[in-house]
Amino acid sequence: MTDLSNQTPLAPPRSQWLNVWDQLKKHKGALLGGGFLVFITLAVLFGPYIWSLDPQKIDYRARDFRPIYHALFDADAKTAWGNPLGTDQLGRDGLANLLAGGRTSMAVGWAAMLLTLFIGTMVGVVAGFFKRLDGPLMRLTDLFLSLPILPLLLVAVTLFRQPLHSNFGPEGGMFILIVAIIGITSWMPTARIVRGDVLALKEREFVLAARSIGTRPGAMIWRHLLPNVISPIMVSATLGLAAAIITESALSFLGVGFPSDFPTWGKMLADAVQRMEEFPERVMLPGIAISLTVLSVNYLGDGLRDALDPRIRGR
Amino acid sequence: MLTFTIRRLILSVPTLLFISLVIFLLLELAPGDPMAQVPLTVPPEVKEKMREALGLGQPMHIRFWKWLVQFFWIEPQVMIDHFFGTTYAVGDLRVISWQTRSPVMDTVVQRIPQTLWVVGTAYVVGILIALPIGIYSAYRQYSVFDQCGTFVTMIGFSIPPFFTGPLLIVVFSVQLGWFPFIYDTTHSVDDWDSFLYQLRQMILPVMVLALQTTAQISRYMRASMLDNLNQDYVRTARAKGLSESVVVMVHVLRNSMIPVVTVIALGMPAIFGGAIITEQVFSVNGIGSQLITALFANDLPTVQTLTFIFAMLIVFFNLIADILYGLLDPRIRYD
Repeated sequence: MTDLSNQTPLAPPRSQWLNVWDQLKKHKGALLGGGFLVFITLAVLFGPYIWSLDPQKIDYRARDFRPIYHALFDADAKTAWGNPLGTDQLGRDGLANLLAGGRTSMAVGWAAMLLTLFIGTMVGVVAGFFKRLDGPLMRLTDLFLSLPILPLLLVAVTLFRQPLHSNFGPEGGMFILIVAIIGITSWMPTARIVRGDVLALKEREFVLAARSIGTRPGAMIWRHLLPNVISPIMVSATLGLAAAIITESALSFLGVGFPSDFPTWGKMLADAVQRMEEFPERVMLPGIAISLTVLSVNYLGDGLRDALDPRIRGR
Repeated sequence: MLTFTIRRLILSVPTLLFISLVIFLLLELAPGDPMAQVPLTVPPEVKEKMREALGLGQPMHIRFWKWLVQFFWIEPQVMIDHFFGTTYAVGDLRVISWQTRSPVMDTVVQRIPQTLWVVGTAYVVGILIALPIGIYSAYRQYSVFDQCGTFVTMIGFSIPPFFTGPLLIVVFSVQLGWFPFIYDTTHSVDDWDSFLYQLRQMILPVMVLALQTTAQISRYMRASMLDNLNQDYVRTARAKGLSESVVVMVHVLRNSMIPVVTVIALGMPAIFGGAIITEQVFSVNGIGSQLITALFANDLPTVQTLTFIFAMLIVFFNLIADILYGLLDPRIRYD
């Protein structure tokens, strides 16, 4: 007869997310990327409170300052400790602009990514779960995949700028427009992945069990399907964030983004290209900011994909 | 196979119709007024006449139908006339640009060679670099080369073309003075020197576009090689004494090329999108910059036609990818 009274578990119970975290910790790139993403998010969120210069303040006497590190190899360069990253041709502070621009770029990136995920997951789950809607929804996805995204984005942003401008103000209107357009045109990969996973999950025993006790479709999706497709959704979230930041910057670069006095990284880069020979740092700084953010997001996505895959996780 | 191709061709017709409708409605619902630039002193009835002259007087569905007829029926006739000297399209109304008051397709035909040259060369160069990198980094997985390759492709993914463009200009045109930073499209190649100049001015835009292609395709190539390298048939091939180069370059490579070829075909539209930005950076006057100019000038027929041309390219390359997949992989049966 076995003694059941003394059964202390040998190891404390581990949740799935603890395992995922353990695997993610092994991926150096993902860790670095995630760290940098957190850093840059905090910097653009709280940076303007610490570095409280107004990014819009025009000071003609302090224009065309070089970044402070320039004094290292060129002692005559116009530098000032008050503007560590220099000023532009109107004397606006470089660091304050970089922080303010990052705020816009990150806000657009996060909002567009969430919208993409929302639409993509909804279409994917509905198409996978309700057999009758599968055909039409997937045809719709195919049609959207054949749309020329960048030209359409350009067309939509140029043409719909005016009414949104008058309704929500110049910045608010543009924000809504860009986020909505990126969301509407980039949900298709998420939808396809989620649909595939839902189709596979639907054949599993626990879904059958849930159905046999009379779970309604809504509860079935919410309680049983969504938690199980969370990992592909998280991976496509990282891809979506990177793509949204790049798309917003590209639109700003082509001159159809936010209004001219409203800094974003893409806009700062585009404005600086004119005088790139004299002031290369004005192209480099926003460009590096965009590239590093996107690079860190991509590395995080790479690590997440490995960590969330149970076949790789054990190794 | 032939029936599948025909079926796919027929299926792409409604797709294209839907896309053209979407573009048309987008332009139609947009609040921009083509008469906005006309001075206020022009009386309203004259403005109304100008509107009608632009073809704006009729209801929406008739204008859509007219555009369809002009694009799919009259423009091909114009092309046939041009090549064979016939007179099918004489007197027919073509898609007229509001900017230049000349047929849109004439401008497109003038500008498309520049785009195709730069984009096409970039794509070929990108593929030629990407394939060996992908093969070697899969063969020596987790080696130094592989790690470097992964890092470089990650960077290629992450740095947008509107940053690499100015960056390369600063380094190679301004600092080193090797290459011109403006693409001279009027330059004609007639001797060795002018050919060298053409080569030099193409290097920067091609490099910018090729970086992205290389990153993407070498990733796919590596993943696909890795999938195949662990399969049983590779062990069999090695066991029967085939040399390593034959195993990798013949057995594994041919099987791994199947998904990569479709990725190559599917990546074509994305590189046309990248070309819009690259053309802007290097002042190449291709169809991408034509689209941007037309957008800012509120030239709706040009915008409609160009966007639709981009859509046609996407649908066309999707079709090619599907057919190639079937041709390359005999396990796939379409009928």
